[in-house]
Amino acid sequence: MEIYNLEKAFQEKIDKEIKIEPKDWMPEAYRKTNLRQISQHAHSEIVGMLPEGNWISRAPSLKRKAILIAKVQDEAGHGLYLYSSAETLGTSREQMIDDLHSGKAKYSSIFNYPTLTWADMGAVGWLVDGAAILNQVMLCRTSYGPYARAMVRICKEESFHQRQGFDALLVLSKGTEEQKAMCQDAINRWWWPSLMMFGPKDSESTNSDQSMKWKIKRKTNDELRQNFVDMIAEQIKLLGMTLPDPDLKWNEAKKQYDFGEINWDEFWNVVKGNGPCNKQRIAARRKAHEEGEWVRAAALAYAEKKQLRTKAKVA
Amino acid sequence: MNTPIRKFYYGDIPEENTGGSINAISSNEKAWPLWEVFIRSKQGLDHKHVGSLHAADATMAIENARDVYTRRQEGISIWVVESKFIHASDPADAESLYEPAADKIYRHPTFYDLPDAVKHM
Repeated sequence: MEIYNLEKAFQEKIDKEIKIEPKDWMPEAYRKTNLRQISQHAHSEIVGMLPEGNWISRAPSLKRKAILIAKVQDEAGHGLYLYSSAETLGTSREQMIDDLHSGKAKYSSIFNYPTLTWADMGAVGWLVDGAAILNQVMLCRTSYGPYARAMVRICKEESFHQRQGFDALLVLSKGTEEQKAMCQDAINRWWWPSLMMFGPKDSESTNSDQSMKWKIKRKTNDELRQNFVDMIAEQIKLLGMTLPDPDLKWNEAKKQYDFGEINWDEFWNVVKGNGPCNKQRIAARRKAHEEGEWVRAAALAYAEKKQLRTKAKVA
Repeated sequence: MNTPIRKFYYGDIPEENTGGSINAISSNEKAWPLWEVFIRSKQGLDHKHVGSLHAADATMAIENARDVYTRRQEGISIWVVESKFIHASDPADAESLYEPAADKIYRHPTFYDLPDAVKHM
């Protein structure tokens, strides 16, 4: 069959909402786009453990510490689900990790911002995970089967992340003046980077059109960002805090919130590696990987030795 | 549909680059094998495929599966099998394998229109 016909049949499947599975024929660009998106998503989960891991030993109570450990452990699991689904596209785990460490592969820029106070744990859960969830709920219906299944699993676990974040901020918002100030400060610092998580504007996003046609994505960056603003602008009222945007106001005609312009220079700067923590994050990942090398080798050697012993016994 | 015939041996992982490219592994480190994980959610139900993971051996695969796939009481029993031992049918054969069943509606109880008087059937 001609490539043209294969592509036509492929698009017909997508249009009929039939999921694409690893062994099905797919256009090279579809495979590459998915591979890039899923592996970046996986890297984000893994690097995302670092800013929060920073506060495990300094959580204000045993309860908060247990919650934070559970959350960080979930992120590791999410990274695993996503790496596994990317592997079905024909790459290896080692290759993806190498690409992350060499800087060839990107992860979400949000994790290049530092977590300066305990309130950041609340703001990260509420805003960063909140933004991620909007994206992930959409991806539960993505056209590539293994990716969609990973997302369903992740979404089930993720909603606790956002709730615990809001819960932590709620406590601070009812606390002393200092706690309230800390809460507001964290929101001020995380608000704009959270909006940047949805990526460039639709008018400047290069991958969006094709991804929509292939139903990898089902909503555009701007649509998701608007959903996020509408959701958070209401929730913040319950905290009695404010969002650091003088242009944020309800638009009755559009039935949605208007909001100010994102600092795109900052966005591109962080994407290009000049964010506050880019170097630190990759250095931490590399160190963990390098220092774990002998453990991985030892486990493999032990497994091989055990297998030889079993064989010897049988013989 | 006349799709070119391909052979796959490795579970979900294509043996060749079906419309895509397989990157070479650049590091020299030997990788842990890939395992498929099956979980029984409760007593009396089948084990169901939930995902995969890398582990050095079966014991580690079960321990990791416990940590990754049963953190919220999703299961009471785990099976793991090395992915390379899974053989799968080819999507290109789907028509010849599954379509013959489509016109055999007499295999379903609803095919038989019996008088209402017939009870318990």
